[in-house]
Amino acid sequence: MSAVSLPTVLRIAANVFKESVRDKVLYSIVLFAVLIIAASLLIGQLTAGQEVKIIKDLGLSAISLFGHFIAIFIGIGLVSKEVERRSIYALLAKPMSRTELLLGKFFGLVATLAVNVAVMTAALVVVLAVYAWLTPADLRASWESSATDPAIVIVAALILAELAVVTAIAILFSTFTSPVLAAAFTVGLVIAGQFGADLKNFEQVVESRPVAWMARGLYYVLPNLAPFDVKAEVVYGMPIARRALGFTLLYALVYITLLLTAAVTIFRRRDFK
Amino acid sequence: MPAIETHVLAKDYKVGFWRPRPYRALDGLTLSVEPGEVFGFLGPNGAGKTTTLKLLMQLVYPTSGTASILGRPLGDLEMKRRIGYLPENPYFYDYLTAEELLTYFASLFGYKGSDRATRVARLLDEVGLGAERRLQLRKFSKGMIQRVGLAQTLINDPEVVFLDEPMSGLDPLGRRDVRALILRLRDAGRTVFFSSHILSDAETLCSRIAIVAKGRLMASGTLTDLVTAQLKGWEIILDGLPQAPPAAHPGVRAVTTIAPGRYAVDALPAEDPLRLAQELAGVSGRLVSITQVQDTLEDLFVRQVDHASGTDRFAAPTPAAAAGDAR
Repeated sequence: MSAVSLPTVLRIAANVFKESVRDKVLYSIVLFAVLIIAASLLIGQLTAGQEVKIIKDLGLSAISLFGHFIAIFIGIGLVSKEVERRSIYALLAKPMSRTELLLGKFFGLVATLAVNVAVMTAALVVVLAVYAWLTPADLRASWESSATDPAIVIVAALILAELAVVTAIAILFSTFTSPVLAAAFTVGLVIAGQFGADLKNFEQVVESRPVAWMARGLYYVLPNLAPFDVKAEVVYGMPIARRALGFTLLYALVYITLLLTAAVTIFRRRDFK
Repeated sequence: MPAIETHVLAKDYKVGFWRPRPYRALDGLTLSVEPGEVFGFLGPNGAGKTTTLKLLMQLVYPTSGTASILGRPLGDLEMKRRIGYLPENPYFYDYLTAEELLTYFASLFGYKGSDRATRVARLLDEVGLGAERRLQLRKFSKGMIQRVGLAQTLINDPEVVFLDEPMSGLDPLGRRDVRALILRLRDAGRTVFFSSHILSDAETLCSRIAIVAKGRLMASGTLTDLVTAQLKGWEIILDGLPQAPPAAHPGVRAVTTIAPGRYAVDALPAEDPLRLAQELAGVSGRLVSITQVQDTLEDLFVRQVDHASGTDRFAAPTPAAAAGDAR
């Protein structure tokens, strides 16, 4: 693989970021997520004593869900749209490699996601702060964790790491298939990725050895996205294990590297007819 | 060192869903373009012109053969810094303005700050889009997009410029501007390789041409070499004749009446035109003119395309593949 020029990757990434922030659909998604986070304030009122938990749970779930929407539906178009509309022709004639183009696309979308997750997390923190400010001190004392628990930022960081994995999956599929199929494959993998622990323990519930091996094989190949979800720890005020956190981030790094290597390998050989 | 060189360059595409067969889009193209030339790459639709340009830009990879630009292999980043490419019917990012697009592309060449801004402004003015620089490309007409395409092609002041159907989508004024631009590039010593099926453009602009049809190179050379090498006959104008010259004369193909007593004689190329004119004019007639009737580029083009039309473009199987089929 030829040397990758970081400035070139960053210029491509900056353009992806510009494209994304000018996309009205993105604004709609983020606005909708912020509205849901705000609405959790009202939904929380329906459950006596559980308000903060509900707000945190709903808010963090909204950040994750809408982040996935953005990662998948922008990610699948990052390469295929360029190819379909033929804008890639003029672009690839410039002094850049296909590897740099693909990496630029990845980092550009991850940067967009980082900003979006930050905006949605800020909205959640504001909602929680407002709720805490409106709540009498004696009631606040009964909460399992403070409304503005700094661990929310850790959850948001893990959501972003998961979204980076999802983006890499979407980009991999977008290098060789149509946007519709890429979306279907990515959604499928993301859903399958939530059941990593079940696949790991499958051999304990089946007797057939081939099936158990297959489940174990799938466990290693499919993305294991379950460890990225630590919402419950924050909602119930439990500590987040630092070692597990580090391992999850390392796993994301390795998995993304493998996905992007596969994407680059396919993309570098592709003919743009 | 040639600016562009290809050696037996070939490209097969797979066609068919269930049993894909190789379809030969380009068949053994060997050509060389010297620095400073305006080279017209001519052919009908589907001849292999765009495939050739895509191969040179490494948008598709060759099935066999080699090519180089400025003495460097295809895909070489240093070489890419020195070339410009306008794709056929280009498309750029809707969400960017013309100025932003050129700024983005200029940044990919490493241009920064005021140098980049000056370069972008100059090029937009040059292609007649100075007033629309802040308009998003989604609001541009096809002709305006083509002009943006030309501007981005020249953003790095390239030594070799590749233009795929540069007149496509342009009105007569736009076409005139592109012709002027190509001539300016020629005068600046740049090499221009452009594909077209508009022959008048090639006649006006090119120092050399190549004609491709059915994926094969049918002819290449200077216009003078290719066209005057084919003398089609003589046009002899005679005046003051009491009656039309005999069309049945063995050296005459046809006789046309221009006015009473004035005739145009279409004579065969093998004839001595002066001798024939004297013979046909007789004692009362007067020779007005003798004109060489040359092969036009259009004649040459049509003949070469017709000649290629019998070619089977589905690639002949390689011995290995044939052996596989036989098994």
